[in-house]
Amino acid sequence: MLNPNQMDKRTILNSKHVELTLKRLASQLKENHQSFENTVLIGLQPRGIHVLERLKTILEKDLSTKLICGQLDITFYRDDFRRRDQPLIPSVSNIDFIIEDKRVVLIDDVLYTGRSIRSGLDALLAFGRPKEVELLVLIDRQFERHLPIEPKYTGKPVNTLSSQVVVVEWEQHTGEDKVILCTEDDKNG
Amino acid sequence: MIKMDNLSVDHLIGIKDLTKQDIELIFKTADSFKQVINRPIKKVPSLRDITIANLFFENSTRTRLSFELAEKRLSADVVNFSAANSSVKKGETLIDTVNNILAMKVDLVVMRHPNPGAAKFLSEKVNARVVNAGDGTHEHPTQALLDAYSIREQHGEDFTGKKVVIVGDISHSRVALSNIFCLQKLGAEVMVCGPTTLIPKFIHELGVKVEHNLRKALEWCDVANMLRIQLERQEIKYFPSLREYSMLFGLDKEMLDSLSKKITVMHPGPINRGVEISSDVADSDQSIILQQVENGVAIRMAVIYLLAAKINRH
Repeated sequence: MLNPNQMDKRTILNSKHVELTLKRLASQLKENHQSFENTVLIGLQPRGIHVLERLKTILEKDLSTKLICGQLDITFYRDDFRRRDQPLIPSVSNIDFIIEDKRVVLIDDVLYTGRSIRSGLDALLAFGRPKEVELLVLIDRQFERHLPIEPKYTGKPVNTLSSQVVVVEWEQHTGEDKVILCTEDDKNG
Repeated sequence: MIKMDNLSVDHLIGIKDLTKQDIELIFKTADSFKQVINRPIKKVPSLRDITIANLFFENSTRTRLSFELAEKRLSADVVNFSAANSSVKKGETLIDTVNNILAMKVDLVVMRHPNPGAAKFLSEKVNARVVNAGDGTHEHPTQALLDAYSIREQHGEDFTGKKVVIVGDISHSRVALSNIFCLQKLGAEVMVCGPTTLIPKFIHELGVKVEHNLRKALEWCDVANMLRIQLERQEIKYFPSLREYSMLFGLDKEMLDSLSKKITVMHPGPINRGVEISSDVADSDQSIILQQVENGVAIRMAVIYLLAAKINRH
């Protein structure tokens, strides 16, 4: 998808910053949800689930209790089906609980146009009617929204151009937690 | 969401045209749709702007229902047509009938027709995606896909060395031909079993084993697919009586229990209870007949979803 060699890179968050940001987000969640009794955390496939995993580890350690977590795939709810050259192949949805009357925290890595979140809200309805849905993102690309969607919890807001790409790398994949901003300098040939 | 190669075909006419990768892509997509149809809300909005015509020039209950459910669960608009109450009776040709329907802006056609090759003919003449829902004695690709998908669920993703026997009327069965192509592409070994009169003379050229003794065939296999005797396609008598057929090629509980291993029993439906298989076999825990029906919807959703993805609306 992205060829890092063709891009000009700038680090937005290094591994220490990622750690601190996740801890802060976890604390903010605790403030609002206390014991997480009626709260479920749902990560969006394919990349939001990594943010979810990390938050889950931090929160479960702090609260010494198990949290109810799930993974949601939005492929069939996207609005760009048949508008791209490659078909969209789905990932796994893994929600083995009822979200009826639950407080749901939707989690993703980067918020950009807001279209994925729109699809996520649609996809969520197939599992019941939640009491409330909140949005948590690690990176918020401000001023790039196509839809009226705003996160309740933001790791870091960044100002970007639409020609730029924000990439979140995780320790388990690349050896280091990192958020970088790439510019496709060869975008127009 | 992972980006992957598209299907290699624009229409689903037969399994013969598909590659192994195509079949695996369809299975992988069907896995997700199987999750969807087991949720409280069994519908996704992917095909909101697609219109599908189901053209059935031959009787069908479960295939038509299965396709219709699959289409509706993808949120497509559906029109149904059956030859019994149509202008076909008034002398209209196939192309004219279909072009009239396409003039109403239909994107995809699902067709069953009594003539072999009808789906291919149509796909060359009209401007819409075509899914073959059975053309005469030629192919019935979605049935073969759902059969193989059901085997995969029971026996795992790797088909290498899996042994499947297809029992019954091989000559008149489009299910048999599609199944042979599909299972062989996936790497399974296939045997056909039935009375000599119902096994095509040159079937061994497809690389399948031929056996006329049911017990020997069942001892060899992991999975037995028991086909229906298609009396409606047999213009002459191929065997003396249904009773004799049932005694020689019918599977009953006694025979099933006496085999040295537990085999999986399949049937594409509709079952003639007491002819191909006895009632207690059909209802036993070794039979996956109803799972096949459930998987049919997921497979058809996957096929339609993947073909619709090739209709570009840039």
